[in-house]
Formats: sequence, structure tokens, C-alpha cells
Amino acid sequence: MNAQVNWIGYKTIVRKEVVRILRIWAQTVVPPAITMTLYFIIFGNLIGRRIGDMGGFDYMQFIVPGLIMMSVITSSYGNMVSSFFGAKFGRHIEELLISPLPNWVILAGYVTGALARGMMVGSVVMVISLFFARVEVQHPFIMVSVLLLTSVVFAMAGMVNAIFANKFDDIAIVPTFILTPLTYLGGVFYSISLLPEFWQRVSAFNPILYMVNGFRYGILGVSDVPIGWAYAIIIFFGVVLASLCLYLLHRGIGMRA
Amino acid sequence: MYALEVTNLKKTYANGVEALKGISLNVAEGDFFAFLGPNGAGKSTLIGIISSLVNSSSGEVKVFDTSVQQQRSEAMSYIGLVPQELNFNQFEKPLEIIVNQAGYYGIDRQTALQRAEKYLRQLQLWDKRDVISRALSGGMKRRLMIARAMVNEPRLLILDEPTAGVDIEIRRTMWEFIREINENGTTVILTTHYLEEAEELCRNIAIIDHGEIIQNTDMKSLLGSLDIETFVLDVSEPLLLAPQIEGMEFHLRDQYTLEASLPKQKSLNTLFASLSDAGIRVRSMRNKSNRLEELFLRLVDKGETV
Repeated sequence: MNAQVNWIGYKTIVRKEVVRILRIWAQTVVPPAITMTLYFIIFGNLIGRRIGDMGGFDYMQFIVPGLIMMSVITSSYGNMVSSFFGAKFGRHIEELLISPLPNWVILAGYVTGALARGMMVGSVVMVISLFFARVEVQHPFIMVSVLLLTSVVFAMAGMVNAIFANKFDDIAIVPTFILTPLTYLGGVFYSISLLPEFWQRVSAFNPILYMVNGFRYGILGVSDVPIGWAYAIIIFFGVVLASLCLYLLHRGIGMRA
Repeated sequence: MYALEVTNLKKTYANGVEALKGISLNVAEGDFFAFLGPNGAGKSTLIGIISSLVNSSSGEVKVFDTSVQQQRSEAMSYIGLVPQELNFNQFEKPLEIIVNQAGYYGIDRQTALQRAEKYLRQLQLWDKRDVISRALSGGMKRRLMIARAMVNEPRLLILDEPTAGVDIEIRRTMWEFIREINENGTTVILTTHYLEEAEELCRNIAIIDHGEIIQNTDMKSLLGSLDIETFVLDVSEPLLLAPQIEGMEFHLRDQYTLEASLPKQKSLNTLFASLSDAGIRVRSMRNKSNRLEELFLRLVDKGETV
């Protein structure tokens, strides 16, 4: 009985999220498509031609995995933070809080919604990349699993942000001051082997480096970090963030007085 | 078994405000129960704790013998809540809102659609099912929240000021709907500022003030305990002073309007005879307010015990 209630509740949250993403497609899917097209044209095509090879591939091929991963990270995080904070701000999160659904179902529903947007955007960017570069996927399982796990991790990070946010400004601070710099410095546009040794060591503390390189390994078969480390870091952050989200939901931080 | 059992419930907010100071009360299954109290008395906090939107500081709440604190999921499956503030997504359509809410209670989509149609029709919102909710009128939004609360067909329906800001005609329609729900076996708890509403609908009542229950009884006994009635009299000639008549109290509102308070035992004939002796001619008369309002003000303002 409870399993059925939870399953229907989960499907309802996911359906609601997907409907929301599609209803506002001009805000959710189109902007990353335009931005990534510009990246491919400017960085990949115009500047990339002068850069030459990187990691054994031409520059356009090299940045394809990073740009896909960047759009998935931003979309997953953005979907969760805007949807969950919007529900909190508009008080319709109370519809879920007074329902019999346990917190893990609420978390799972919202994370799946964010994952759906991440995958939608990732797929669109992947299709766009095909117009600019010819890429053969080397390890499909690694490519898909790293992408899905990373999307889940950033969805949960978005929920933590949304729970603590009190105003709309608060949901812009983390993406602007933390997420974007870490993504740009996470090896999207370059191999860290180009950096001086000191900065290579500093880069090793950036979790996004492992995600981008794990995904790049899945597509191109090259990585600046061992693939085992990439999985370990992603799973570690996944477990920590899942525990944190469940704890915050249980305590009702920012939601239950 | 009670529909609601509240035992020594306390709530102190993080800012130090003590909203509930150890409230205990029971609501019988099938009852139509009123929570009354002035703004800030603790009514919404109490409802928030029952519906798990507010964490209690101590004490226990049970819904149909199921602890809200220990078995939250099961307890919540019995409750339908109509909150005081609008809390649905105003960019969604009424049908969408209700079907989604049903999903959160594990109701399959087909049943949810049938129930949504049933309650939207009953609350005269079916024609508006595909309109963006933001475009609905205030009264429609309130009715939408009632339809949403009914979609899981709760055993306990809690309505926190459901008719606030609603015109009298729609209010009466809503009363009929809620009364019918109660007659079909659902326990109803109502908070309202319209005391006429509580008097009209509810069988039992708890009056809450400063986080404490100052009266918890049945409506009949409470109204029966009212021993003074106040009337508003329109007089023919202007008065400069209120008359002084033994056994009655007078208060001059303006030159032509006099308020007379007299014990229930005294007949209106005595009042008119006394006024006539004092040379005062009465053109018309009405009750100052409904009976419950009078009692409520006495209990809350003066801290009296009836």
C-alpha cells in the first residue's frame, strides 16, 4: 500500500516537473542551446583553429564533452533551485509537506525532474555538437553513468541552496560565485596538464574537474584524472548531499516553522 | 476513538514567542468543531502542528489514534487542509492542481480526474478548470483550495478561515457544501473570524487566547450561558446623556442612537416601559451583534469565565 502511494506520489512530482520544464521551454531548453552554439562557434571554431590539438584531439572535439557536461550541470542545478525555491516562495511546497509522502520520495521526485531537464539540455547540446565535430563514443556506459550521476549530484546541491534561500537573490549567488568559476576552471576548455604544477594541484580540489574528465573519458577515452577517482568523487558528493538534503527536509529547515 | 486528540501541546518559536502554552482538547469523530480566538491567539499554530507544517515544542497530537509526530505519513493520509493563505501554484490550472494533489496521496490518475471533476462541479469551478489559477477571483481561489483538500476524501477536514474575503452569497454556498461533507461523516474543524459562521455550523467550540484554551464546550451550553443581551435603539428625539435606569446599562453612541444592555430575565416590555417613563421614544431596535460575538468579546477582552 505504502509502496504504491510512494510510487504514484513520485510519478506525480516527476510529471509536474517535466510539464513545468516543457511549459517554459523558452527559458529551460533554448538558452543553453544558444549559449553552447556560441561556444562552439567562437571557442571551438574561430579560436580553436589557432590552438591546434589538445589531448590528442583537435580542440573542437576536446571541448565537446566539457560543454555538454557544463550545460547538464547548470541545467540540473538551475532546475532544482528555481523549482524548489519557487514552490517554497509561493508556499505550494505545503501541498507536499502535508501529504503522506516521505521526504525521500519528495527528494527523489525533484531530483528526477532536474535530471530530466539536465538530460534534455545535454541531448540538445550533443546534437548541436554534431554540426561542429565528429566524435566517436569510446565508453558508452561510462559516458552515460558519469553524466547521470553528475546531474543527480548537482540537483541535490540545488536543493540545499533552495532550502536555505530566503529570496530570489540567494538562488543566484551560488551559481554565479561558486558554480560558474568551478566549472570554467574544471577543465572544460583545457587539459590541466597545461597548467603549472602548483595550479594542477589546486585544480585537484575542484570536484567538477573529475566530473568533466570522467565524461571526457567516456566519450574520447582521455582524461586528466584516473576514472576510478572520478567515480569515487561523484559518489562521495552524492552520498553527502543526499544525506544533507534528507536531514534538512526532515528538520523542515526553511519550510516547517 | 477521537478524530483529534491534543495533549499538553506547547510551541515556542525561535524568536521566543510562546504561541501555545500547553493546550489539551479532543474532537469527537463526526463533530463540527470551531476554533475561535483573536488574531495571534495560536489557532493557526495549532492547525499548523496538526497538519505537520509546524513542529511542536512538546506535547502530542493524534489524528484517529495515529500520532502526527511518530507516524506522520499515516496521520497525514486522514487530513485535508484548507489553509488561511493561498498556497497553490498560481501558474497552474485548477484541474492540474487538484489532480497533482491527489497524486501526492497515492490516488491513481483516473480516480483523481473523476474526483477533481466531482468537487470542481460541486464548488462551481468546473468551467474554470483550464484557466490559469492566477486569473480566478478571490472567492474562486478559496473554493479551489476546498476542492483540493477534498480530493483525498479526508476523514478530518480542517478549514482555516475558509470564507475570508468571500461575498455572502458564495459564503452561504460554501457553508452548504461543508455542512453536507460533515453530514456524510467527515469530521470538520473550522476557524473563522465570522462568528455567525461558527454559530451557524459548529456543534462544539474551543476559544483560544494567548496560547491557552479559555473555553471548550458545546455551542448550545455556551450560548445558553449568555445572561446579558445588548440592543441598539434608534430614538426620536436627540439625547444629551444616557438614561440611568436600575438593572439596565445604557451607552449613548450618538444623539439618536442608544445601546441598552439588560439581563436575560428582564423582558423587553420592562425596557420600553422604563424608557417611556424617562420620556424617550424608540423608533426602531436591533440586536447589537450575534450572540456568539457578544460572548466571544466578553471572554477574550475581559478574561471572564462563563
